[in-house]
This record gives sequence, structure tokens and C-alpha cells, in this order.
Amino acid sequence: MPQKLLSLTNVGKTFAGKVEALRGMSLTVSEGDFVSLLGPSGCGKSTALRLIAGLTVPTTGQITWHVDHGDHDIGFVFQEPTLMPWATIERNVWLPFRLKGRSFGSVRDTIHEALSLVGLESFAGSYPRELSGGMKMRVSIARALATHPRIILMDEPFAALDEITRFKLNNDLLALKDALDCTIIFVTHSVFESVFLSSRIAVMAARPGRVIQELAVDAPYPRDDMFRTSRDYTKFCRTTSEALRNSMQDSDEFPAAPTG
Amino acid sequence: MAESNPTGSILPESSQAGARLDDEERKRLRRAALERVGKWFLPAIVFVLTIWLWDRVVYWNEIQHYILPGPGLVLSTLIDDWELLLDALVVTLRITILALTVAVIGGAGLAILFTQSRFIQMSLFPYAVILQVTPIIAIAPLIFIYVDSKIVGLLICAWIVAFFPILSNTALGLNSADHNLRDLFRIYGASRWQQLLHLQMPTALPYFLGGLRIAGGLALIGAVVAEFVAGTGGIGSGLAFTILEAGYRLNIPLMFAALILIAATGVMIFTILSVVSHLLLHKWHESAIKHDT
Repeated sequence: MPQKLLSLTNVGKTFAGKVEALRGMSLTVSEGDFVSLLGPSGCGKSTALRLIAGLTVPTTGQITWHVDHGDHDIGFVFQEPTLMPWATIERNVWLPFRLKGRSFGSVRDTIHEALSLVGLESFAGSYPRELSGGMKMRVSIARALATHPRIILMDEPFAALDEITRFKLNNDLLALKDALDCTIIFVTHSVFESVFLSSRIAVMAARPGRVIQELAVDAPYPRDDMFRTSRDYTKFCRTTSEALRNSMQDSDEFPAAPTG
Repeated sequence: MAESNPTGSILPESSQAGARLDDEERKRLRRAALERVGKWFLPAIVFVLTIWLWDRVVYWNEIQHYILPGPGLVLSTLIDDWELLLDALVVTLRITILALTVAVIGGAGLAILFTQSRFIQMSLFPYAVILQVTPIIAIAPLIFIYVDSKIVGLLICAWIVAFFPILSNTALGLNSADHNLRDLFRIYGASRWQQLLHLQMPTALPYFLGGLRIAGGLALIGAVVAEFVAGTGGIGSGLAFTILEAGYRLNIPLMFAALILIAATGVMIFTILSVVSHLLLHKWHESAIKHDT
């Protein structure tokens, strides 16, 4: 039984503008999990992630960490690469260390190790503008994992990339997770992506956002391109799509609308 | 797991020699080459033509030099009175540079103060605007009543004109930090100071430099306008007073010579600040990067 990492218990979030982003959301994440939050836009996926990251506090309910967690225990990857354009790639990866007062020299090896994990060591001295979208995303991932965080939160990190790059990065992400043995919470609106990556999928409904169904994807890791064409994969995708469709029917916004 | 074809090459395709080009591309290259030459050549032609025409107009109409001196006379005045003009130039230049320095410190400092406290910003910003929109020529006489030192008075006038673009641009820049990066700094537990130093100030740099280029020209204008109002006499007078005095004595060639120096100073300030801006930004900022199309 893996160690529980954190739980959300009946978490609700209402913004001052009277928008209820989340209501009664519960979720438990254990060490080594790859949990996807899957749902239509406006279902509060990103809000949930921001709550876990401590960027905002819940209006109701609570978030409990079951382990001691320090500053370096969370890595965050946004939908955009979110790199500092004025800094070279290695200096971008240095950021989390720098904010802890570590000199560049003292963590140079760690930084280069993280960059080589995402295959970009030779670009250490380049500026972000010299890299393609997919490569920038890799830098963003390298920055998130350089500190060896206990958990990495990813907010639709590959949504803006083309499909070929996205597939490649999906494969790489699983390899990285396997190598680093970390926990990942991954926000996406893609059924296929969530099935390919996750050990568990929390299907969310909108207005107010909540988890309406949790699905276990109990296909073994490591998964590769073969898994994408397997019968299991198709089966999981169908189940997940149905759950998502139900979530849409539940929502006030789309009364009984069939989804594609 | 490196991508096999790393994109993001900085070299434009067209720079590869020997490639077969279609008509449209050939035209584009020719136009680009013409523009490169024309950028320097055309203004030079206009310059020479204007000087020639000026000289001819004076000559043909036999205009007296106390009405309109020819370009030759202006040039010889510039050389003959060089010591007098140089002294004046140094005075004007010193006021301008000093005012610009104080404007940078004051403008950027106030902008940083504004981002640290919304309340200070709310309290003071309207007055910064009022100071800016009131013409300096209308404020200057008052300043010279209350300030004994002419130099300090000139400095205050030049500063009032120059500091606002730096303040407003820097304040805008400091508030333009990417909101995701701001979140990332929070996740990593950055202090306010770290956020200012490592996120807001680098973000604001291009904005600040834009403001600085405007402020450089304005500081010169402020210094010159204030000197017209102050009417400084004797030793320690700048180019504006040289123009005033030469005007009283109907020494029109000297007026032109001083005017040329003021214009040249403005161009020089702008050029220097543009070069500084380019040096600081060319590696990473969009404004300083050449694109293929």
C-alpha cells in the first residue's frame, strides 16, 4: 500500500466575483500516482491544481498533506513554457535554486543533469527564443524536476503543441516519471492523453466543478507507442469518454448534450 | 530523447548561397539591398541638395548675412567661435546629463516604490501627471524665483520634463511580469525583493529603455527651454543663452552655429541611448531581433 501523499476533502472554492469554481471536491493522491484531472473547460481543473500548489486557499473543505513537505516538494508546469526570455536555458532551470539562495556554480551539475534528462543539455547556453515550442516545454519540465520534487503539478502542458510533438512528449514524460519515481497530477481535456499517461483519472464536471467519477487505468507501466494501438487502450478510452459524457450531462451548462 | 531536428535556427534561409530563387524572392532580395543603401544614401542627397539650395538662395538674392547667412559663413563661425561654443555646449550638456541621471534615479525609483505600494501609487500618480502636462515654460519662471542657483533651477526644469516617461514606462514594465512566472515565484517561496529583482526588473528593462530614449531628448529640451527663461548671463551660460545673446547682437551666423550644435547633441544622445538599448536587449528581446520577413 503506497504512502498517501495528500488529500482534498470536500474542497470548495468560490471567487469574490461570485463564481463557484469548485464544490465538494474530494481526491486522494498517493506516492507514485499519475493522476489526471479530466474535464471540459471551466470545470475547475486548474483551480484544483492551484489549490494544491498553495497559490490560492479553499473556501470550504481542506487540503491535507500526509507527509512533511518543504518548499522544494512541488514542481509546476504551466500550459505555456513560462520561461524567462532574458535568461539562458540553464539560468532558467537555475531559478528554483536561485530563489533558495544557491549559487549557479553549486548546482550547475544538477541543472545539466535535468537538462540532459529532457535531451537539451547542448542548448544550455541558448536563449528561449532560439528553441521550438516543444523544446521550450522540455525546459519547463526540466526546471520542474531539477529540484527532485515529491510531486509535479502539470496544467495542460502539451495542449498548445502539435500532435506529433505531444505524443513524443507523452512518451518522454512517462519515461521520466519512471526514472525519477515521482508523483504527477496532470490536468488535461484530452481523453486519449489522460488514458495513455495516467494510473488514475478523475473525471470532473463543470459549474460547479467537482469530481464525478474516478477511473483506474490498470494497464502496466512502462507504456509505449504499442499501448496506443492496443485493445486495452481503446477500451479505457471508451470508458473514459462515457464518463466524460455523463459529466457533461450533469452540468447545467450543457443539458444532455452529446459529445464528440 | 533529443528531438532529431532541433528547430529554431537563427539564420534566415535566404542567406544560404547558391539556392535557386524564384522571381518574387529575387525581387525581395533586390529591394532589401536597395533599402540598405537608400537608408544612408537618400538622406545624404537631401542634405547636400538643401545646403546647395540654401547657398544659392542667399547668393542669388544677395541676402545680407544679418538676415540669412549662407552655409559657408555658418561653418566658418562654427570654427572661429568654437571655444565660445564649446564652453556653452559643455554647460548645456552637463545640465542635460545631470537631469537625465536624476530623472533615471527619480523615475525608476518612484516606479519601484509604486509597485511596492498601491497606496503610494494612488496617492502620488495624479500629481506626477499634473507636473508632466503643465508646460515647463510656464513653471520655469516660478522655479527661478525660489531657487537661487541658476544651475539648480535649470536642473529642476530639465528633470521635470525628463522624469515622467521613465516613471510611466518603468511602472508599466514592472507590472507586466508574466502572471504564470509570478505564480512560479510564489510556488518557490520567492520574497518580494527576489520577485522585484529577478522577475519584475528584467521584465521592465525594455520598457525602461524605451522611456529613457524619450527622456534623453526631453532633458535637452528642458535644459534649453529653462535657459531661455532664466536668461543666464556671463560665465557658465549654455547654448540657449548663446542663441539669445547672438540674437540681440544680430549675429545670425552664431545663432545658426549654436542651433546646429543643439540638434547634433540631441541626435548624439538619441544614438547613444539606442546603442545602449540594443546592447542590453539584442540577445533576447523581440524588438532587437531581426526577422526574415
